[in-house]
Amino acid sequence: MSKPTLAEICVVACAEAWRGDGEIVASPIGTVPTVGARLAALTFEPGLLYTDGDAMVLAEPIPVGAGPDHPRVVEGWLPFGHMFDVVWSGKRHVMMGATQIDRFGNQNISCIGDWAKPKAMLLGHRGSPGNTVNHPTSYWVPNHSPRVFVEKVDHVSGVGYDRAEGLPFHEIRRVVSNKAVLDFETPDHSMRVRSVHPGVGVDEVVAGTGFPLAVPDGVPETRLPTDEELQLIREVLDPKGLRDAEVKE
Amino acid sequence: MSLNKRTTEAEVVAELRDGMTIGIGGWGSRRKPMSIVREILRSDLMDLNLVSYGGPDVGMLCATGKVRKVVYGFVSLDSIPLEPHFRAARQSGAIEVMELDEGMLQWGLRAAAYRLPFLPCRAGLRSAVMDTNPELRVVTSPYDDGEELVAMPALRLDAALVHANRADLRGNGQYLGRDWYYDDWFCMAADRAFMSCERIVDTGDFLKEGSEQTLKISRMWVDGVVEAPGGARFTSNPPDYQRDEELQREYATTTWEEFGPRWLEMG
Repeated sequence: MSKPTLAEICVVACAEAWRGDGEIVASPIGTVPTVGARLAALTFEPGLLYTDGDAMVLAEPIPVGAGPDHPRVVEGWLPFGHMFDVVWSGKRHVMMGATQIDRFGNQNISCIGDWAKPKAMLLGHRGSPGNTVNHPTSYWVPNHSPRVFVEKVDHVSGVGYDRAEGLPFHEIRRVVSNKAVLDFETPDHSMRVRSVHPGVGVDEVVAGTGFPLAVPDGVPETRLPTDEELQLIREVLDPKGLRDAEVKE
Repeated sequence: MSLNKRTTEAEVVAELRDGMTIGIGGWGSRRKPMSIVREILRSDLMDLNLVSYGGPDVGMLCATGKVRKVVYGFVSLDSIPLEPHFRAARQSGAIEVMELDEGMLQWGLRAAAYRLPFLPCRAGLRSAVMDTNPELRVVTSPYDDGEELVAMPALRLDAALVHANRADLRGNGQYLGRDWYYDDWFCMAADRAFMSCERIVDTGDFLKEGSEQTLKISRMWVDGVVEAPGGARFTSNPPDYQRDEELQREYATTTWEEFGPRWLEMG
């Protein structure tokens, strides 16, 4: 098996976010998290439920980007018309993107700049406000930079720890970037470096982040994919290599 | 009252008035009642308040200056994440907005359908949804838990516009795709609901194409039925057709001045 690529290391780091979740819906947004969720389900977290990206819950994974005609083993049906029933029940862990994310895990995907007349209108809040107060949420940031990791987000789509007091189901589990894995396992729930990807220095992660990061002594390296994981990623889950379009080496 | 509810896009639009609150079914660039939207574009209607899981319906109505306010959780073309004309309207400050969490929107429709002033939920708490919509209130659970919850107000609609795969003249709607989104709630939240469809069928033929579970919209919620083959294009309406990605790309990458006249000629 040839050396793992950065994209493959990120896939495994995303998969790890769902470790221990059991029989809940893994909802990945983006190629790398999608491959990661299906990898977790195929290996160490077999109870996870996942969809084809549309309304069908799959019992066996299909390659990412597979068309509507690709055969599917369907075990359930989860249309948008039922999605909030699942979100509000708590049986879900989403991994979303973030245009901006701050020290306490507040996320913005709505717009940049003044609310009344934004400099750049983006998607709108989508499901972020509801996701973050109802079930675990993680983030995937393929371009780790101070433009994304900001001191203060312009608008709070996803709720961070500094706003979460008294919310019974709030948890920001992980932030996976192209440089590191981060979490909020600090006394004040501020963002911490959990591991750095092979070849990335802690200094580089700190320099790429627009707020002070908690840096424990002896930050470990992000774990490498196993041979079994590499084979599943390359041959079963993403044979066309779509993951490489999302992560620059 | 007639059990023949056949009508046309033009007659539907003639029922609408300036300043009305209009809910549009579908989701993003999926199963939007585009033939009715096209007829609104041709009309003199102004100052509309839209409630939508927004896609090109919202974009086109913004591009033509027909919108006063949009109530939404997102506006997106799905395969093209950002809706260009909605963005332009937001960035120029041309429209008012009530930006919500996606789940709050359907919750507001349900509250309206149930004739309740509000329904409680957690979604929205502590987020910019509360910062930017000061009219939203928080309530405290009257039970021992004392939890703080958002009181999502009813989103009552003057009219709802939805598109189905099949319908009968009586106003029953059938969905043959994998997702009905929230079209039923849009109809139930509205004073008047108008449904376009790919084909009007004899009532007795519904179950030839799908199970009774595909009969999602009851005639008691529907005031008019428009037969509009291809009426959702360029948005998707499986199994009748997938999204016309090429036409959507053209819409998203050319100016409305260029695309609009051609679009109006397509139906």
